[in-house]
Order: sequence, then C-alpha cells, then structure tokens
Amino acid sequence: MLKKLSIAAIAALSLSAGGALAAGGESHIHDVDFSFEGPFGKFDQNQLQRGLQIYTEVCSACHGMRYVPIRTLADEGGPHLPADQVRAYAEQTFEVFDAELDDFRPAKPTDHFPEGGDPNAPDLSLMAKARAGFHGPYGTGMNQLFKGMGGPEYIVSILTGYTGEEKEEAGTTYYENTAFPGGWIAMAPPLYGEDVEFADGHSNELHHEAEDVAAFLMWAAEPKMMARKQAGFIGVLMLTLLASLLFLTNKKLWAPVKGKEFHG
Amino acid sequence: MSGIPHDHYEPKTGAEKWLHSRLPVVGLIYDTIMIPTPKNLNWWWIWGIVLAFCLVLQIVTGIVLVMHYTPHVDYAFASIEHIMRDVNGGHMLRYIHMNGASLFFFAVYIHIFRGLFYGSYKAPREITWIVGMLIFLMMMGTGFMGYVLPWGQMSFWGATVITGLFGAIPFIGEALQTWLLGGPAVDNYTLNRFFSLHYLLPFVIAALVIVHIWAFHTTGNNNPTGVEVRRGSKEEAAKDTLPFWPYFVIKDFVGLAIVLVVFFAVVGFMPNYFGHPDNYIEANPLVTPAHIVPEWYFLPFYAILRAFTADVWVVMAASWITGGIIDAKFFGVIAMFGAIAVMVIVPWLDTSRVRSGRYRPQFKWWFYLLIVDFIVLMWCGAMPAEPPYSTISLIGSAYWFGYFLVILPILGVIEKPTTPPTTIEEDFDAHYGKPAE
Repeated sequence: MLKKLSIAAIAALSLSAGGALAAGGESHIHDVDFSFEGPFGKFDQNQLQRGLQIYTEVCSACHGMRYVPIRTLADEGGPHLPADQVRAYAEQTFEVFDAELDDFRPAKPTDHFPEGGDPNAPDLSLMAKARAGFHGPYGTGMNQLFKGMGGPEYIVSILTGYTGEEKEEAGTTYYENTAFPGGWIAMAPPLYGEDVEFADGHSNELHHEAEDVAAFLMWAAEPKMMARKQAGFIGVLMLTLLASLLFLTNKKLWAPVKGKEFHG
Repeated sequence: MSGIPHDHYEPKTGAEKWLHSRLPVVGLIYDTIMIPTPKNLNWWWIWGIVLAFCLVLQIVTGIVLVMHYTPHVDYAFASIEHIMRDVNGGHMLRYIHMNGASLFFFAVYIHIFRGLFYGSYKAPREITWIVGMLIFLMMMGTGFMGYVLPWGQMSFWGATVITGLFGAIPFIGEALQTWLLGGPAVDNYTLNRFFSLHYLLPFVIAALVIVHIWAFHTTGNNNPTGVEVRRGSKEEAAKDTLPFWPYFVIKDFVGLAIVLVVFFAVVGFMPNYFGHPDNYIEANPLVTPAHIVPEWYFLPFYAILRAFTADVWVVMAASWITGGIIDAKFFGVIAMFGAIAVMVIVPWLDTSRVRSGRYRPQFKWWFYLLIVDFIVLMWCGAMPAEPPYSTISLIGSAYWFGYFLVILPILGVIEKPTTPPTTIEEDFDAHYGKPAE
C-alpha cells in the first residue's frame, strides 16, 4: 500500500512538473538498474533464461515473437542454452504450421517463435525497442541520453503498474495501469508474483519476474547487443589511437611552417 | 584547372608521357590533390572531408544492405529484422547506415553555417554555393526516402504526411501527389519507387560533389579572413598557400578521426538514440501514431512548415489576395521550401563588401542569433503544434526569413566593418609567427 501510494505520489509529482508536456506524459515509468545498461553492460544469462521461462509459461499464451528464430536461444550473448535443450524446448513447447506438410508439426530450432494466439495481443519481438520509457524533458532528449530509451523499464512498469481497478467499456474490460498512456489497458494483469517456479531458486516476486521478462524481451529485440557494444568499444579504442597518431603527425608536419606554437 | 598559379604535373618517363598524351588522368589527380590551399584554414574547414567520407560510407554500407533487403510491403520490415539478426555483421551495417545519415546531416549543417559565417557564398563562389545547396536538397530527398524503406510506423506515416504536402499545391497538387506515390495512397508502389530513387540519388550527389569541388578548385578555397590568395606569380601564391597534400589531407584526417570516435560511440552504445521507437512497429495504415515526428535533421524545416497556421496575418493576407488559392497548408509548404530558397539566393542578398564575418562586428551577433534560431526551430519541430510552441515557431521562422531577406541586405550598407589583413600570409603569421629560417 505504501509503495502504491508512493508511486501515485511520484506520478502526481511528475504530472505537475511536466504539466506542459503533451499527451503520454501522464504515464509513470520508473528507472530500473539493468545489467545490460551502459557501454559495458552485459545480459545476465541466468536472468534471460528465467525471462524465457516466464515468456513461455505466461506471455506466449497470447503474444507471439515472430521475428525471433528459436535457434538463437543457443547464441552466445543471449540465454546461451545448450543446442539439445533448444531442440527439446522447440519440440515440446510449440507447434507450427508447415506449408509443405499442410499440417501442424512440433517446432524445430530453425523455426521462429510462433505468432500469438490472441490477434489483439501485439507481437513482442521488438517491444523493448518499440516503446520508450523516458522522454524529454521538453523534447530535448536529455533523459534518454542519461537513462537510455527505457523500453525495458516501460515493460517492467506496465507489468507492475496495475492498481486493481477495472472498468468496462463497449464490452471490453480495461484495467487501470499507472504506466500505460491514458491509464487504462486492455491486457489483464499477466503477473501477480509467484506465477512461475525457477529451477535456480531465484525469487519469483512480482518485480523480479517483471524485470526478468523485460530483460529477456530486450534480448529478443536486440540479440546482438553484446557484440555491438564490443564492436563499438574496439572501434572507439582504435579510432582514438588513430586520431592521436594523426594528431602527432599533423603537428610534426606543420611545425616547420609555423614559426611558433599557437597559444590561445 | 585552378586560377592559383602552381606547379603542374610533368610526365617524366616514357610510359608516363605515353599515357599523358592519350589520357591526362595522372595530371588531373595530381593537380586536384596538390591544389594550393590557403594556409590559414581553421578547424571549421574539416567538414568537407567528413561529408565526403559520409557519402562513401553510406553508399558502401547501403549497397551491402540492399543485398539483404526486400522492397515489398509484406517483407520489408521482416527483411530488416533478418539483417539485424541473421546477416553476418548486419546489425552493425544497419546501425552504421542509420546513424551515418545523422552524421551526414550534422556535418552538412556545420559546413553550411561555416559558409554562411565566412561568406563562402560570395562572388566568385556562387556556383560552389548553389551546387552545395542542390546537394543538400538531394540529401534531404535521399534521407527521407531511406527512412521509408524499413516500413515501420514512422516510415509509413512520415511518407504520408510529407507527400501530402505536395497535395497542398493548388490545381495540380492532387495529381502530383498521386504521381509521386504511384497511386492514391502510400503503398507497395510507393515503397518500390522510393527504394529505386534512394539507390539512385546518392550517385547524383556524388556527381554534384565533383562539380562542387571543381567549382571551388577553380575559384580557390575561401578562408577565415575572406582575403583572396595573391595570384601575381607562383612565388607570391606560395606565400599564402600550402599544397592540399599532405598539409590539409592530414589535418582533415585528424578531424575526421575525432568525429568518428564519437560516431562509433553512438553506433556501439546508443544506436537508437536518434531514431524513433515507433519505427520498430511494422507499418499499419489503420493505426496513426500519437506523434508523427520526422527525423531530427528535418525538424527546423518541419517547424517552419507548421508555423504558418490559418490565424497568422500573413497567411490571412495571402489567402485574401489570392482568393483562397493560397491556404494555410500551401503557405506552410511555400515557407518550408522558401526557407531553403533564401539560402540559395544568399550570394545576392548579402550586400557587404567584406566577405568574412570575422571583420563584421554587427553581422556576428545576427549570425549567432541565426544559429540559436536554427536550434530553437529544431526543438519546436519536435514539440506538438500547440501554444506556446506554435508561437515560438512563428517567431523563429520570421527571424529565419528576416535574416536573409532584411538583415543581410541592410547590414551590408549600414555596418562599418573592421579592416581585414591585406594578405593571408599576414593573418597566418599573426597567429603562428614567421617560420624560423
């Protein structure tokens, strides 16, 4: 209750502070300290595996991940499951339609995750990049610069943002959610805490579950993140070295032309 | 080729003479890279190289991306994901290409404002300036069409809004819009022609870049003093200049390497910062995004487009005079293209005898205000079209036109400039001293 109150208080504060902001500014997204943030951030392999379990046991009932090949679960820089485990997972979890057989068959690692069962539930492949948790302030983009785009934070905030209030409009039930733009979302609360049992004995409290599945969806949206950061780091390092060498070359080259060092 | 006297290529061996008498290509390359360049160029002059690099970078990464991309509304979005997930190094290629566009525009804006400050557009460099503006327009077209190709929500709705602008032109607008789109609305035929043109235009830009370089190699570079290189003799010219190779090539490479450090940090650590999350949702003609915002580099002009609403008096006057032919929407379109048009004709708007802003005490402040104006307009373009942003946009737009159409012509007459140095050598030696003999 206290937590809910404080969330509401923060929401109210941010509302009054960003009063001039346009629609969408009313949702409240809280910052989460994910392991994969920052230039050296890495995915936590165990967290991704827990997130996969939540996706499989809960989310996948309605939501698909059509752009994610199941085989990538074995990739380094991802959940990194052993190949035989991925094969077993595919076969036991999903059935896909095979146009050649003209029938359903158990999924293979080379298949993609199937589309969701509920046509109204958006595909989750890119959800962590398709939403921004942080905006502004005032359209300057400074918050995104310091906190990141906030896609995973948005997912965590949605999953933990239910107030318990419901309303019905034109035959559809809407649930009040402090993170959702407009405040009312059509998705029933998917997680309550203790929805899954983790083999590694990790806590299955609601906010842990929400963070785990958000981390997994970040990987699903950006599977090459770790390779990218490494390439970026090497690029920055090599180019800094190159820039330094060129700077010295340039200095030496120009020295005979210049009579004195330029001061100021 | 150059008006500045300097040593030309002399074929020495028999083979060189044989080739030179048939195709003087070595001579052309020699004269191009050994061109005498004012030795006082400062660091604002490195952006030309950065731009040349960007063009090559975009063409090379683009050609490889095309090998994996499918220009069809049913497959375009999925093929981008295929590039991001399955193609070797595909995620880096795509992020470099994506952010390469941002670097390209960042560099071109600095390059343009450098020209505006140091009077690089003035006689005899008008053609260089106008060709540059053509390149800028082509870049905008290329950038816009490239953003449509991933077929995300912002691709689709951006294309719908921007092509809709042409529909605002009286009488022929609707037909023109249909002709541009290839049909009644943004659809597969639009995607296909945008893909085709997005591939074509960079090569047109490359050709224009050659003309751009040719033009300023004929007139010689401008420089921070705006004083011309002495051309009386080879010896005299040599006092004001240094050959492009190696002096300026190495200096430009220093600048380029530093810029690329920042660029790689963006690509590696925050590749989606300049993008829009909505573009990771596949295009859906039935769902309009809450905010349709163009890429950051179009924002200043987007703000000018939206600034002229029906309740602004100039719009009302224009509408009344033309009997309603010019409505607010068409006025906005005219203003947006006009904002670029006034830059194109700036060589004839600036009446000052002094070329460089360094020696124009009043001009400086108007120019700095123009930069602030540009940034404020960029910010307004990202904000919703409602008060107070609409008012700020209007003031910003008014200053943009005021600067080019009123301030520059008048300032040249009333301003009392300070005295520039008589020679480039004098300026250089004042900074660095005479070389030790």
